[in-house]
Amino acid sequence: MTTAPLTRRKAPVSLIAIFVTIVFLAAAPFWASRGTLNMLMEALAFLALAQMWNLLAGYTGLISVGQQAWVGLGGYLFFALAMFSGLPLLIALPVAALLSGLIAFPIGWIAFRLQGAYFAIGTWVIAEVFRLIAAQFSALGGGSGISLPIDVVKSLATSRGARDMVMYYIAFGLGIGSVVIVWLMLRSKWGLAFTAIRDSEPASESIGIRIRRVKFMVYVATAASTALTGGFIFLQKLRITPDAAFSVNEWSAFIIFIVVIGGIGSIEGPILGVILFFTLRSFAADWGSWYLITLGALAIGVMLVDRQGMWSILKSRGVPVLFKTTRWFEP
Amino acid sequence: MTPHNAFLEIRNLTAFYGDFQALFGIDLTMDEGDTMAVIGANGAGKSTILRTLTGLLPSKGQDIRFAGAAIAGQPAHLIHKAGIAMVPEGRRLFPSLTVEENLSIGASGKRKGPWSLAAIYELFPDLHDRRHHGGTALSGGQQQMVAIGRALMSNPRLLLCDEISLGLSPKVIKDIYTAVPLIRARGTSMLVIEQDIAQAMAVATRVICLQEGRVSLSGRPEDLSRAEITRAYFGLEADEPDTNEPAQEML
Amino acid sequence: MEWVNVLIQGVLLGGLYALFAAGLSLMFGVMRFVNIAHGDFIVLAAYLMLSFVTFMGWHPALGIMAVVLVMGTIGYLGQRILLNRVLGKDILPPILVTFGLSIILQNGMMEVFSADSRRVSSGALDVASISLPGDLAIGAMPLLMFVVALGVLAGLHVLFFHTALGRLLRATSDDAEMVPLMGGNKAHIFALATMIASGVVAVAGIMLAMKTNFDPSAGPSRLLFAFEAVIIGGLGSLWGTLAGGVVLGVAQVVGAQIDAGFQILAGHLVFLLILVVRPQGLFARMKG
Repeated sequence: MTTAPLTRRKAPVSLIAIFVTIVFLAAAPFWASRGTLNMLMEALAFLALAQMWNLLAGYTGLISVGQQAWVGLGGYLFFALAMFSGLPLLIALPVAALLSGLIAFPIGWIAFRLQGAYFAIGTWVIAEVFRLIAAQFSALGGGSGISLPIDVVKSLATSRGARDMVMYYIAFGLGIGSVVIVWLMLRSKWGLAFTAIRDSEPASESIGIRIRRVKFMVYVATAASTALTGGFIFLQKLRITPDAAFSVNEWSAFIIFIVVIGGIGSIEGPILGVILFFTLRSFAADWGSWYLITLGALAIGVMLVDRQGMWSILKSRGVPVLFKTTRWFEP
Repeated sequence: MTPHNAFLEIRNLTAFYGDFQALFGIDLTMDEGDTMAVIGANGAGKSTILRTLTGLLPSKGQDIRFAGAAIAGQPAHLIHKAGIAMVPEGRRLFPSLTVEENLSIGASGKRKGPWSLAAIYELFPDLHDRRHHGGTALSGGQQQMVAIGRALMSNPRLLLCDEISLGLSPKVIKDIYTAVPLIRARGTSMLVIEQDIAQAMAVATRVICLQEGRVSLSGRPEDLSRAEITRAYFGLEADEPDTNEPAQEML
Repeated sequence: MEWVNVLIQGVLLGGLYALFAAGLSLMFGVMRFVNIAHGDFIVLAAYLMLSFVTFMGWHPALGIMAVVLVMGTIGYLGQRILLNRVLGKDILPPILVTFGLSIILQNGMMEVFSADSRRVSSGALDVASISLPGDLAIGAMPLLMFVVALGVLAGLHVLFFHTALGRLLRATSDDAEMVPLMGGNKAHIFALATMIASGVVAVAGIMLAMKTNFDPSAGPSRLLFAFEAVIIGGLGSLWGTLAGGVVLGVAQVVGAQIDAGFQILAGHLVFLLILVVRPQGLFARMKG
């Protein structure tokens, strides 16, 4: 029914850029130092979280400051499954995400009783509830958290180098996968639904109900994939605590700033945001609180100058779009 | 044309809603004391003129002069302070305010003049008994009276009325229009949008007719024939009007 | 009798939460705008009080006046210069700007005041209590705070329903687009609303500073308490806010009685329960 036309002049450039980047990243375990590899893993995980928040806020208008609920829940469920269920780690990870998705149904049902900014704060309350409940589980270390036992870690691979490689490819899959999934989604009939949401929020009753359902499903889907990334993040860290797992700064503030500074409502924006974030961080390692203050000020500046962020500024300077999401109907 | 001493003078007014152009170069002149009726079918651009005039729609760069001063691009509350008040379409009373509070809020700009709560209650005696009721607990006609009173409380030199007869029974419309000469007698000029053309023609000293964002006719009611108005209202091909506009609304 | 004591404590705590909530509710009511940095402004007021009274040695009464004045000024100017520019149909910019402010305030206060937890002592008042028959004792400080909270809410009530400014604020809440057509300057009215809300935030922050230890990261949980009290009470209702605060306060104190780690969680759970069974809150006057 649809094709994505590629203009002859620009498409190859962006396709080549994407291809080179993917090959470069895929080969990272063979060229990167251990430190670089860890940084790349973290960046790819952040990219996955950012794409998911962007899908939620940028395309369906659901602004959540409580996505740490799903990062933390994914992490905790993964630790619980890994330690008590005997499932192999690589199975436990998706199962934890799936369970989180199931939990997102009733949780979303409650959160959707609030609208707009109140929805945002409501999601934060829910994340706090998750954090406080996690602190009550003494089997998972209660308030002081727990480490993944050595034998469980070793079941992933016996040597450290091999473990690093497995973990890196999980991160690679999460980061690249999040981009691909959002891209495919925007080019499918979901993309049309998102346009409808943007153009006619309080539309007729029947459209209104359908829009609500689309938003709800996106909420559940992003919860599950955020939990998947969360599970991975704590696999990499090997230790989980309620405060780290459900940190609003780490999993909401950073992610939101990445998306907003990079450019909300585009696939390129979060990518750009992650690059900027990690570049700035390498300079600002010893800035302490000033680093966060700078990010906050940048985000406010973006809202005052151009709500579409850096990507929109680059685009208006003639940088070609990397991911075409426009659908064209054949006559 | 009277270039600089006109009371209200609009020249070559255009307006857009996004990409949609609603007005294409409207010229309009009023003298103080005039009651001007703006008529035209739905979507002809009548309300857009009022929204632009009051500053609800951006009017930067337009040529609008009121009482000798350029008001285009001014914020709405300053235009209001200059002496233009509006009875908005659909009345738009403040539901959580009582009748008297709704009226009092009209005086927020603190303009001096003949209108006060007492004067409004004299004009619309029905409102006095209900002054402590919620503004939206009244009948449609009474709500319209509150909306008119609220606008008058600012002692405007020019009162804009957007479809004040819409949705009201003929008797109530007649009651409300009885107030027009009394308002005029206190020195307020009026610009009235009406779909009820008979009513409009009865009170107006000048009429302009809009069609698809352009002025299709203007003049004094006594100088205009029914045929002219019909043509200006429906357009040239409308000898057999098949628009949604009910024909019985004509004259 | 112990439970009666617990109940009384909860009700008194609810007064403070109602104060937290009143500013948030007022801004939402007038501007349909939720300040994510609300809790951080409460903490900022607490630090101002600490600076004026403890560090600079001012008389507490002077300190209170100064905090209210400074917060009110920040509120008016902040609304006029920053927030008015991002208010509109799109809810993302105001949420993001205040979220950014929240992060800036928390980290800024961390730089200036360090992460140490502080408290403003009110001397003998801290430990004084009033004994009632039947083994009941009410702390003088919580009681005083409850009375102040009632006083502030009553003051807001008078302002809203018996002054011209209150009339204008209620009209803005009903239909902000119409207000300029009444001669009201929307930018100024919005700024006045934020100024009043910031005055209430100032009082809330002063009470926080005297009641308990606080640190730069104490803001978000105050925001959540304020938000919960608003939703429990029902949007747009001043006295509903008090009821919401009391319900939350009682839930927390009862929770703490069951298990010390259960205090905050109990409040959140009661909030979620009310959201499920009565999403419009106990005394709703307005639709979100």
